[in-house]
Amino acid sequence: MSAPATTEAKPASPAAALVPPPPSDKIKIKVDGREVEVPKMMPDWQGKPQPTTMLQACHLAGHEVPHYCYHPKLPIAGNCRMCLVEFGTPQLGPDRKPVLNEDGTSKIAKSVLPYEPTTPRGAIACATPISPGMEIYPNSPATKQMREAVLESLLINHPLDCPICDQAGECKLQEYSVQHGQAESRFVEQKVHKPKAVDLGPRIVLDDERCVLCTRCIRFTKDIVGDDALGIVNRGSYNTIAAWAEGAFDNNYTLNTVDICPVGALTSKDFRFQMRVWFMKETKSLCTSCGTGCNIVVGSREEKVYRYEPRQNDAVNSTWMCDSGRLNYKWIGRADRLQKCGMRIAERGMLEVAWPTALKAISAKLSSAPTGSVAVIASARQTTEELWLLAKLAKKFNALTDSIARNGEGDKLLVNSDKNPNSNGSRVTGIAGPQLGANLAKIADGIRIGSIKTLIVFGEDVTKHGIGVDLLAKLDTLIVSDILPNATTAAAHFVLPGCAHVEKRGTFVNVKGRVQKFMRAVEAPGDARPEWEFLHELVHHVTGQNGFSTIEGLFNQMAREVPGFAGLEWAKLGDTGVTVQI
Amino acid sequence: MPQEHRLILKHADQPGYTPDMECYLRHGGYDALKKVLALAPKDLPDGKKVSPQEQVREDVKSSGLRGRGGAGFSAGIKWSLVDRRSGKPIYLICNADESEPGTFKDRQIIHKDPHQLIEGMILSCWANDVKLAYLYIRGEMPQGAKLLNKALDEARTKNFLGKNILGSGYDLEIYVHRGAGAYICGEETGLIESLEGKRAYPRIKPPYFPAVLGLYMCPTIVNNVETLCHVKHIVNMGPAEYAKLGTPNNTGTRIVSLSGDVKRPGYFEIEVGKVTLGELINDPAFGGGLREGRKLKAVIPGGSSSKILKAGETFKLNRKGPDGQMAKVDVSLLDLPYDFDSLMAAGTMSGSGAIIVLDDTRDIVETLANLAEFYAHESCGQCTPCREGALWMSKALHRMTHGEGRKADADYLLHIAQNIQGRTICAFGEAAAWPVLSFVKKFKEDFETKGAADEAKAAAKH
Ligand SMILES: Cc1cc2nc3c(=O)[nH]c(=O)nc-3n(C[C@H](O)[C@H](O)[C@H](O)COP(=O)(O)O)c2cc1C
Ligand code: SF4
Ligand code: SF4
Ligand code: SF4
Ligand code: FES
Repeated sequence: MSAPATTEAKPASPAAALVPPPPSDKIKIKVDGREVEVPKMMPDWQGKPQPTTMLQACHLAGHEVPHYCYHPKLPIAGNCRMCLVEFGTPQLGPDRKPVLNEDGTSKIAKSVLPYEPTTPRGAIACATPISPGMEIYPNSPATKQMREAVLESLLINHPLDCPICDQAGECKLQEYSVQHGQAESRFVEQKVHKPKAVDLGPRIVLDDERCVLCTRCIRFTKDIVGDDALGIVNRGSYNTIAAWAEGAFDNNYTLNTVDICPVGALTSKDFRFQMRVWFMKETKSLCTSCGTGCNIVVGSREEKVYRYEPRQNDAVNSTWMCDSGRLNYKWIGRADRLQKCGMRIAERGMLEVAWPTALKAISAKLSSAPTGSVAVIASARQTTEELWLLAKLAKKFNALTDSIARNGEGDKLLVNSDKNPNSNGSRVTGIAGPQLGANLAKIADGIRIGSIKTLIVFGEDVTKHGIGVDLLAKLDTLIVSDILPNATTAAAHFVLPGCAHVEKRGTFVNVKGRVQKFMRAVEAPGDARPEWEFLHELVHHVTGQNGFSTIEGLFNQMAREVPGFAGLEWAKLGDTGVTVQI
Repeated sequence: MPQEHRLILKHADQPGYTPDMECYLRHGGYDALKKVLALAPKDLPDGKKVSPQEQVREDVKSSGLRGRGGAGFSAGIKWSLVDRRSGKPIYLICNADESEPGTFKDRQIIHKDPHQLIEGMILSCWANDVKLAYLYIRGEMPQGAKLLNKALDEARTKNFLGKNILGSGYDLEIYVHRGAGAYICGEETGLIESLEGKRAYPRIKPPYFPAVLGLYMCPTIVNNVETLCHVKHIVNMGPAEYAKLGTPNNTGTRIVSLSGDVKRPGYFEIEVGKVTLGELINDPAFGGGLREGRKLKAVIPGGSSSKILKAGETFKLNRKGPDGQMAKVDVSLLDLPYDFDSLMAAGTMSGSGAIIVLDDTRDIVETLANLAEFYAHESCGQCTPCREGALWMSKALHRMTHGEGRKADADYLLHIAQNIQGRTICAFGEAAAWPVLSFVKKFKEDFETKGAADEAKAAAKH
């Protein structure tokens, strides 16, 4: 019992919800004095059409309304109040008709406090629907004052430890304070102290003093992941984010909360204190840990990868990625990476050689290989362009080809049970049939009976897939390209050091047929080269066909030749790819 | 001579009146229920039919009944906003969280006449096609919860509740739900969240107007205990007769909780607007005046959240003159009629009907510090301005009451409070800001004198 609930005094709103929408699907409003026409309905966090909000309308009109709790992919909370804006609506006469100015335009009644009509009453832009004729004042003195006040409130109990905060440089509190804050705070009281360095879960540390209680982390975990692990304990200014038990924040998506936390409250144990964000280079790429192909940004500096972060692609991963995919990058910098071409010479063993020497020797071997005596085992972790070049090579010898299936557990959100990033690429290029690995036994038999004398292996350790060291020993020529050493590279006659995907460009086709490209973030170590580059040379040497020596040209040529890719062009893939029928 | 007019509390304090059903039935209990169940559809001249339920809803609207929980919103209009076309069930919730400091009226009903509340609820549910209702009772009232559960059981035995009530074909169940002890659980959307088993975080409106998206995202009516009891009397008396009680637009009776520096603190049921603040404080039938030698300093007229009124203040009220014309006239604090509109015109509110009287021995800064501590403790902490502002104000006032005030603290407090009101998710923001705004504005010298004295003391130490 208390104050006149300001909201109750507005019975118009629930009733308005019952009135069927007028036929027009556009609404005219004014933002900062400029008339704009915006859609009546726009997608909400789940993509369902809902009445357009002030925040969405302002965005369309080129005004970004500052916000903390609002996130386009989360249910709306409306708790930070940073997005408060002053607004007005057409004034209605006693006849419920608009009151007009002398020039025939509608008179606007600015929204004011019902109990203090000289004071503007803001609305939260993130949750308030627009209505015809509405005027929004995103830059008015009243709006600015409301923002300043919210920022002041958020900062009074904030530790202001930016110099040692991992979020510095990406922090909305810093950013908005500069843009919208006032120079000094009036606060002279003792700050509230809260837990620091809380172990929320195996991958996440929380600094409760930095938290602005926007509940993005809670909403993501509950409404997107379906895990009720996080909540708030205590009350009022002592509110504190907590997991229901220490360390209980342990689903496969926890690290997304670090991305969406607008401040430095949630930090990744993997990344914290590793690198200041403003030193890092950002490269658009893809996650390769499963067939979903989440779009990512690779953060790197001086040829070292520091982190993966999800990149928005509504056709694939929204703005999320799983923790296991995100953290699966450490192998890239492993010390035992293959860095030199190797060539086995009788009696002398494996010798380090330069690329031209290796490629020339391989070309010579292949050129003399009879049709039917060659088999190719490629990896569905390779790029589509590489698989296509291998398929071309194979065709020359009428070779048996295949790639290797990699299955694991999937989930309902993103993770797919197909653990290859490019199974569909291996299908479309003809390297593999619908069932990856169906030819492996045939290839093993061919080697056993001696019909297959030359085996080309890319990116797989075939000894784990039914072609053991004993069989490999029967081959005349074993050509292997890989990134890390394994039993197959150890048995090879030729070893060609390849690249991790962050070291090259190319495309993958995800489980739903999305053809997506990725860019190069770092240099490969030593002599390692992108496979498509040297495969292109090999194909040229062996088949005489010359293609393109750029990835763009290569892709475009592939698209012309592979029926499934008809009409595609590298440039048209954009940052988020194109879906094809598989 | 102003007198109490006991309608709701008619029997409650009579000797021998007990909370059990037999006693209630002996006093005409559940007659209103039988009356509505016997109503027939009404034919309109245009051939349309008005269902009995619709008739009662219309009656509640025309009775002028306004909510007794705090906002004073028309009960009839609230009911008419309910989304009846969604196809979803409609819920009704009785708000028995009574926690506004100074308020102790709902508990009189609950403890002394629980069946009256239950009958009021059944009638309201029936009129709104509600099949399931909840009675959300404050956690600190375990005895009340027990009594209500017992009364509900009794009502079930007589088939006033349950399936096919009194053979009418109407089914209704009511459950008691006990809160866990937070003021914010009284805010209707916080209450709904709490009832759903969640933290009582009030919801944003739009879109979550209870009439459309309330409990379990279904249309929901939330009414105060006292409001729901009045429905029984509107049914019994008829809306026209009921509206003769009280004053126009402020009809019926209401129970006032009077506390603070009066000789006879207690609860008094009055016709709304027929008794003035001065009479409530001073009349022997009510507060009986201040203690000997004390002078009135101020009145908090509608629960701790309402804006304080200072002794000697006058207000401009609309009054009908002898010529029948409306005119603004000056009305002094003690002559303010105790009703919704007069107190609003005086810049405050009648809120929960709780009057707290302060005499001249009270230190205004101390009093405000006490209130501010309550609001800092009870802010749910969901939205920034209230979460941070409520504690900030409390800390500043704590400092001021511990010898570390500053002259500038008066403006400092106004600045903080001004940045809370109107910017929060729920009306708690106002509830926390208004005491500070009104105390500091009306008693600015008290704050500045205290601050200046502390500063002088501090300077002398150096
Ligand atoms: C912070 C806060 C606390 C409230 N506490 C109560 C309460 O304890 N009891 C109550 O009936 N209404 C309370 N209200 C008012 C309710 O939100 C709601 O308006 C009321 O229950 C509606 O009933 P009525 O229309 O019958 O008055 C509170 C409001 C606020 C903002
Ligand atoms: S930890 Fe970050 S995301 Fe979570 S509530 Fe706090 S500020 Fe928001
Ligand atoms: S779901 Fe798959 S593609 Fe996405 S991040 Fe996880 S492993 Fe990588
Ligand atoms: S105004 Fe206060 S009580 Fe209401 S939601 Fe915001 S923080 Fe909670
Ligand atoms: S963005 Fe937080 S309230 Fe709108």
